[in-house]
Amino acid sequence: MSDPGNAPVAAPVGTDEKITFSKVAKRFGPKVVLQDLDLNVKVGERVTLIGPSGSGKTTILRLLMGLEQVTSGTIRVDGEYFSHMERRGKLVPASEKHLRLARRRIGMVFQQYNLFPNMTVLRNITEAPVRVLGKSRADAEARARELLAMVGLEDCEGHRPHQLSGGMQQRVAIARALAMQPEVLLLDEVTAALDPELIGGVLNVLREIAATTDITMLIVTHEMRFAQDISDRVLMFDGGQVVEEAAPGKLFSDPDHERTRQFLSAVLEKT
Amino acid sequence: MPANFSHFLSVLGQGAGVTVELTVGGIIVATIDAFLCGIILSRSRLRILRFVVRVYVEGWRGSSELVQLFWVSLAAPTLIGFKLVPLWAGILVIGLNIGAYGSEIVRGALNAVPREQREGAVALSLGPWQQLRKVLLPQAVVEMIPPFNTLFIQLIQATALASLINVSDITYQGKQILEPIASQGQFTLILTIMLVMYLILSLILTGIMRLAELAAARWAGRPPRPVPLRLWARPAAPSAGVGGPS
Amino acid sequence: MTGWDWGVASAAFPLMLKGLAVTAEATVLGSCLAFVLGLILTLLRLSRVPVLAQVTWAFVEFVRDTPLLVQLYFVFFSFPVTLGIKMSPLMTGVVTLGVHYAAYTSDTYRAGIQAIPRGQWEAARALSLPRHRVWLSVVLPQAIRRSVPSLGNYLISMFKDTPILLTVGVLEMVGQAEQAGAANYSYVEPFTIAGFLFLVLSYPSSILVRRLERYVGPR
Repeated sequence: MSDPGNAPVAAPVGTDEKITFSKVAKRFGPKVVLQDLDLNVKVGERVTLIGPSGSGKTTILRLLMGLEQVTSGTIRVDGEYFSHMERRGKLVPASEKHLRLARRRIGMVFQQYNLFPNMTVLRNITEAPVRVLGKSRADAEARARELLAMVGLEDCEGHRPHQLSGGMQQRVAIARALAMQPEVLLLDEVTAALDPELIGGVLNVLREIAATTDITMLIVTHEMRFAQDISDRVLMFDGGQVVEEAAPGKLFSDPDHERTRQFLSAVLEKT
Repeated sequence: MPANFSHFLSVLGQGAGVTVELTVGGIIVATIDAFLCGIILSRSRLRILRFVVRVYVEGWRGSSELVQLFWVSLAAPTLIGFKLVPLWAGILVIGLNIGAYGSEIVRGALNAVPREQREGAVALSLGPWQQLRKVLLPQAVVEMIPPFNTLFIQLIQATALASLINVSDITYQGKQILEPIASQGQFTLILTIMLVMYLILSLILTGIMRLAELAAARWAGRPPRPVPLRLWARPAAPSAGVGGPS
Repeated sequence: MTGWDWGVASAAFPLMLKGLAVTAEATVLGSCLAFVLGLILTLLRLSRVPVLAQVTWAFVEFVRDTPLLVQLYFVFFSFPVTLGIKMSPLMTGVVTLGVHYAAYTSDTYRAGIQAIPRGQWEAARALSLPRHRVWLSVVLPQAIRRSVPSLGNYLISMFKDTPILLTVGVLEMVGQAEQAGAANYSYVEPFTIAGFLFLVLSYPSSILVRRLERYVGPR
């Protein structure tokens, strides 16, 4: 297993495991971002990653979205290789085509929203379902309107992104990710770029989604209250490794590690 | 007003029609060429294809436009056995020469679309063609228009070279009436009319490009920007257009 | 029909090299003129005399919006009559190229001057430097340094424009190529050589300019 290049077949994975990182390392040049990371996320589980910036949390999400390639180790989704693919009994890094298929199960909401400025709100949401999933435009639009109603923006479908506030844009981005009916939703510091008074609306939408669906979620955030509300498990990261992992109640109130305690007090100091 | 003024105007006016043909044809050829090459240079994952296009583009940019015109109209016929009509030879050479410069504009603008936009498209599993058509191009085109404006003005100027391969444009017509004239006092008048005609064409083109920029801004979903009062307001220094690979 | 004839090529080549010397002469003289005149135009455009600035601006726009070839004809046919200035064909070409490109270089200098941080002006004023000192020792040295790569690009561009001088009877490289072609009834070889020579001379130069860009780039 240590050398994925020669690992012949998948190591056994529990049936309820959605995401499996095995000995994943990521380096950018000489800079080590992730080191021998093992991480399992169960179906429907909500896992929050916390830690100082530069600790590798966002990289985990980007690897899982296929925006970056692992340096070594493997990532599996539903037990199937995501970062790699099997070719003649050997594991090779995933091709762009393999990634494109595998990505469909995964949705992502970005810190900077990344809405397409050249499309209306409605079009932003329907474009991928129509082009990628092959839905009819009418179906896609009907679904998009439901989603817009859910995020409280039913009146904005004809607007362009630049006409909306950051908080509204981020709620559109959430609807856009959900329109692809992802099994896994990645939330990458989704409130970090927002003005303080807009954060609450976005977080409430996410709480609602967490409460009404069984989508597996992987969350990177600095909103500790939100993390506590929403997650089943919290992972404290530092220096590319998991320092501590626990249920939110335990980790936030009584962390075992000094590093976690320092980090939490620094973050809570700020807010 | 000199007696010959209206005569000059009508002779040069015939040339103006041909100059417009050269310009419009050249712009069409240049735009197609620029987008084809620029998209390949920016987006293709085939290294060999990018290399071939790079050589092609540098070949057109590195050599002299007049030599290219002469080559196609005087040298090529002995090699391929037939002669292109001068007008078509002019459109082709001027279009491909300017298109090679344009490919750098297209490549640069595509590469300048924020990385986040590309990642947004990737995260939605859009394919490469869909990413290009739905996300990258709409945002890149608006950036391309001002440099393309400068480039197309250069194209208008280059059309004058076609007179040297016997395309009867403004410059050709002007040269025809310059030479037999006995009274040299009218040289200045004829040449001034010619220059003013080119100036007018350039201003019309710039006006059209301003409108295109506004339309492209709407396509890109940009907040509408105030229109400068001067219709011919152009970016100060021609950046990607002129002079060698930059 | 007929392909490449090495005999024709080797007959044309020495003549074309001779023409290349004329091409080089026109390019060097023309760019010297363009670099100096461009700077003068820039300073006129920035001058406080309002009409002067606007007339200069109009002149620059006019030159940039009209074809070099017609401008060449203008200098060649009209200058002797209206201004009484008679020049050799080569000088006619040098003047035309120089003035045409001065319109472009003046924009380059202007951009270079505008790119100078405000702090530089303020520091110069804080030192109570006289106005001409501010320009000569603070502004222009920095602006020109920034302009060098762009000027290099214009030089290459001008080099590729020199063949139009053949229309007023300058026997530069392409003029020589045309004569050789006419003499041998084959234009393939001389024009291919001409195109190739332009390419091998201008492509390395433009790579050099790109290096220069990195070297003088914003500090």
